[in-house]
Amino acid sequence: MTKTINLDHVSIRFGAHLAVDDAHLDIAGGEFFSFLGPSGCGKTTLLRCVSGFIQPTEGRVLIGGQDMKGVGPNKRPTALIFQNLALFPLMSVAENIAFPLEVRGVSRKQRRKRAEELLDLIALPGTADKKVTELSGGQRQRVAIARALAVEPDILLLDEPLSALDLKLRQHMRTELREIQKRVGLTFIYITHDQGEALTMSDRVAVMSKGVIEQVADPVTLYDRPKTSFVASFVGETNAIPVTITERQDEMVVAEAGGGIILRGMSAGGRHYRPGEQCLAFIRPEQLRPAETGDNVLAARVVGDEFEGNLRHLSLLTASGQQLRMALVNDGRPAPIGADGIIAIGFAPAQTWVLPDGPLAKG
Amino acid sequence: MNRALADLRPLFDRYGLGVGLFIAGAVTLWVFILIVLPQVAMVVISFSHNLPPAERGGPNDVYTVSHYAYFLFGQGDGFNSLHLQILGKTVLASALVTLFDVILCYPIAYMLAHGARPSVARLMVMGLIVPYWVNEVLRAFAFRIIFGSTGLVNGLGMSMGLWSEPIDFIREDIALYAGLTYAYILLMIFPIYNAVEALDRNQIEAARDMGASWWRIHWRVVIPMAKPGIASGCTMVFMLTTGAMAAPQILGGPSNLWFTQLVYQWFNDASNWPRGSAYAVILVGVCILFTFLMMRVFKVKIGEIGR
Repeated sequence: MTKTINLDHVSIRFGAHLAVDDAHLDIAGGEFFSFLGPSGCGKTTLLRCVSGFIQPTEGRVLIGGQDMKGVGPNKRPTALIFQNLALFPLMSVAENIAFPLEVRGVSRKQRRKRAEELLDLIALPGTADKKVTELSGGQRQRVAIARALAVEPDILLLDEPLSALDLKLRQHMRTELREIQKRVGLTFIYITHDQGEALTMSDRVAVMSKGVIEQVADPVTLYDRPKTSFVASFVGETNAIPVTITERQDEMVVAEAGGGIILRGMSAGGRHYRPGEQCLAFIRPEQLRPAETGDNVLAARVVGDEFEGNLRHLSLLTASGQQLRMALVNDGRPAPIGADGIIAIGFAPAQTWVLPDGPLAKG
Repeated sequence: MNRALADLRPLFDRYGLGVGLFIAGAVTLWVFILIVLPQVAMVVISFSHNLPPAERGGPNDVYTVSHYAYFLFGQGDGFNSLHLQILGKTVLASALVTLFDVILCYPIAYMLAHGARPSVARLMVMGLIVPYWVNEVLRAFAFRIIFGSTGLVNGLGMSMGLWSEPIDFIREDIALYAGLTYAYILLMIFPIYNAVEALDRNQIEAARDMGASWWRIHWRVVIPMAKPGIASGCTMVFMLTTGAMAAPQILGGPSNLWFTQLVYQWFNDASNWPRGSAYAVILVGVCILFTFLMMRVFKVKIGEIGR
């Protein structure tokens, strides 16, 4: 069974603090949906609202088309996996997994049987009688998933469940989570501040900042066609260049960066800019290329050079004092940097996004 | 011995000879002079005859089990039922007081650790601690006043029409149980609080999310976590209650002796120190047995109780 979730203009207020501001979106049944944002952006609050621990101040949460107002966390068809997993340390693995069944009065024998089934599903057979503390981080992770799946919920809610793992394991668990989701076919709602996790696993991602949902899109669209300055700067690495609009031609915008440099870029979502408006042009480091002619060509001084094997990260400084990051693929050819440390670079207008000036993600 | 000395090495390596010697000396002093020696002395005295000072060390000063025999058989005609009953009653009453304390303190400790807001929790701790700035004897007298025939409890009960004649709470031992229960609640609350505080709140919420009722959350998640604290609190409260002196003296009914009062009488009224020592050793033995019982019941190790 899978169920849709509708957030109908949900706002959540803690005293004077607006934690979630008018969240409005629909999540399809069987979808892997992520909420991505920095800590304190309201994503966990929203998840706890779906699970029933928090009531929305305004708006409605619908699960499977039913209004969840007044329905407690124990009565919702959701199962929540906590950031620290919240496994019970004094119970065995099987007891942990079967706890939701114990609550529902399932017999000891049946519980044991179901626990062993689930242990097979998560590829941890033979660990039923181990203590939770004897398992490794990744194994505990899987036990938490098994426990959440024990009562066959319609929706699995995951609150940054991979954040405690080391990098290698995290990358491995991404694949595994996605596989489990496909196998059981449930709706997954995943909370994370790690854009890598969100992009690799999700069908769709909602990017949040300060309680506001900035953009809802599939990972490719999110990366290639960001709608706001925050999304452009939070998802992936990017260069933000302050520009002044001079002219608009359909989707294309002509703008002037400092030092008389003219840039061409795309206006996001067909937004209409007035000439003279202050905006930001965003271009990804890997979209910068060595180029002598064409649109958006400028010269910059190389001030930093980090070699990473497959990539070479250059720090550039233009004549007007604009800092740029450039990622060069190591294809065996030397970087065309002049003897004076000057490199001529260009970038395609189709990959340059001109967005309204707004707060950027830090770091 | 070699092992014990090897354990001391890091002490000297870390603090140098002077400070290391001081610490080693202070610990030795504490353990041997203040703990081991008095207990050993009491055990030794309990096996001696009650001799006038002049005869000590003389030919009559030999070891005897007569004081223990006296506790069991009195003058020799059957069991010493009076003293055995007093010990039994003391142990039973202490166990009851300990049970009351668990029932009373578990919710308080849980509230302190997870229920109350920090500001409220601070006030609760103040409310718990401040009464203990008053001496134990004075607190016992306060209970005597509260439970007296014209006291607060009788006054309230009669004005609300719950009963018409003043109830003699002292004679009924209710004042005694109340006083003893209150006397050591801190020693129950804080160990439980310590154990429960380490519980991750998410576990409670996870259990709730899985549909567990509040009693199941406590039974399966919180109480297992609190167990070492409960065991430690039980041990301390039981020992201090059996060893209580002031509260039974002040709040006990006229026909009701606490075992410590018996010990006191042997030492002070009868001037029979060996017999008093024997009775004290018996009390210590009972307490040690109780500790082992707690370890069995709660399936915890001695180290966990001591924490």
